[in-house]
Amino acid sequence: MLAKRIVPCLDMTQGKVVKGIQFVNFRNAGDPVKLAKKYSDEGADELVFLDITATVENRDILLNVVRRTAEVVTIPFSVGGGIRTVEDMRMILRAGADKVSVNTGAFKNPKLISDCAKEFGSQCVVLSLDAKKVRKNRWNVFINGGGTDTGVSAIEWAKKATELGAGEILLTSIDTDGMKEGFNLELTRRVSEAVNIPVIASGGAGKLADFTDVFKIGKADAALAASLFHFGELTIKDLKNYLRSKKIPIRS
Amino acid sequence: MIVIIDYGVGNLASVKNALDKLGAESKISSDPLVIKKAKALILPGVGAAGQGMKNLKKSGLDKVLVGEIKKGKPFLGICLGMQLLFEKSEEGNVNCLGIFKGQVKKFKKMRKIPQIGWNQVKLQVQNSKCKVQNLQGVPNNSFFYFVNSYYCLPEDKDTIIGLTDYGEEFASIVVKKNIIGVQFHPEKSGQVGFKLLENFVKGDTYVS
Repeated sequence: MLAKRIVPCLDMTQGKVVKGIQFVNFRNAGDPVKLAKKYSDEGADELVFLDITATVENRDILLNVVRRTAEVVTIPFSVGGGIRTVEDMRMILRAGADKVSVNTGAFKNPKLISDCAKEFGSQCVVLSLDAKKVRKNRWNVFINGGGTDTGVSAIEWAKKATELGAGEILLTSIDTDGMKEGFNLELTRRVSEAVNIPVIASGGAGKLADFTDVFKIGKADAALAASLFHFGELTIKDLKNYLRSKKIPIRS
Repeated sequence: MIVIIDYGVGNLASVKNALDKLGAESKISSDPLVIKKAKALILPGVGAAGQGMKNLKKSGLDKVLVGEIKKGKPFLGICLGMQLLFEKSEEGNVNCLGIFKGQVKKFKKMRKIPQIGWNQVKLQVQNSKCKVQNLQGVPNNSFFYFVNSYYCLPEDKDTIIGLTDYGEEFASIVVKKNIIGVQFHPEKSGQVGFKLLENFVKGDTYVS
């Protein structure tokens, strides 16, 4: 049986890992390559790198982190932040990433998804979708680091991106991000049921039971967390032992 | 020197990185002369069977590979590289290398396709009368990292050394003489994946 994945996320700026709350108030959490190696050794199933201040000047720093990470980790990892073209994606994959996530660039130019999927295969293309509740039963896609409401329904965009060839969806709930009060179960379930590709739930992990909920109620295929792991509040090993005791299929 | 075959598909760097980590001398190449000199070959691959076979044929590598395999050179096919060892793939309805008898089929039972993530491999070593040294140090029911929409359906059940369940049970490891094919990505499968690669690198190939 396919295991549910535990995915530590490393938000980076200028080659350093940082962590914010609801996409602001960032604090420093250390060296990305060291953290990546530590999580890979501790039993993480996959890693996500997001360059949150992706600028042209930062691109070389990012590629350097990707190359060094590829040399030390033994699990898959995705890299995202500021991806606008097929060539951007090629650079990241060549540096050794397994997948690339696209967000604002894909929303503004959906063809980016189909072009990348054709060029590298759907399994390489992760749609990173930041969603925020705008009224009852309605979540919109927010772009530009969560700063701009597109007016488009998150569920509709998830479906469209799937049709275009995205291989996975990294779904972040802006409302729950960094709050440590649990994942957004309703949003996650709706997106997961609307598409036939895996959904990685992100935003809000605070305690062990949140992970059981996001797999059982939220129907997520993978769960992402950042600060919980970075600041040592929870180890991957303890989390996995707990999930196994709750009969969630987990890689040992 | 182990040669990782470059045929224009997939993530060759991750296989190369894994061999580097193991301290194995390796090279990525599409040059028939280099391939013929290699002590072992790896056919990696992420991508579509149609495109993969087209690329192999265009460069004449299909014949080179079949020749090297028949000479008994240790050969590892990963993911698409395993599927291309069979006779025919449903993906693009294309004829493949035909080293293993059987077809490559698309998953039908599960809603989410491709299968992406970690799944277990039930070892079937009892199936084989032979010693499978490639699997030394790989415990039964170990998890490996998979990304696939298609799977191999070998005609000769004795070649199936690993089975995995994704709505339907499929062959995740096949072995025949000097050849091993794995549907998962050992280069991305943590310690246990590295163990399998290490066994291959050390030349502990299948002994019949």
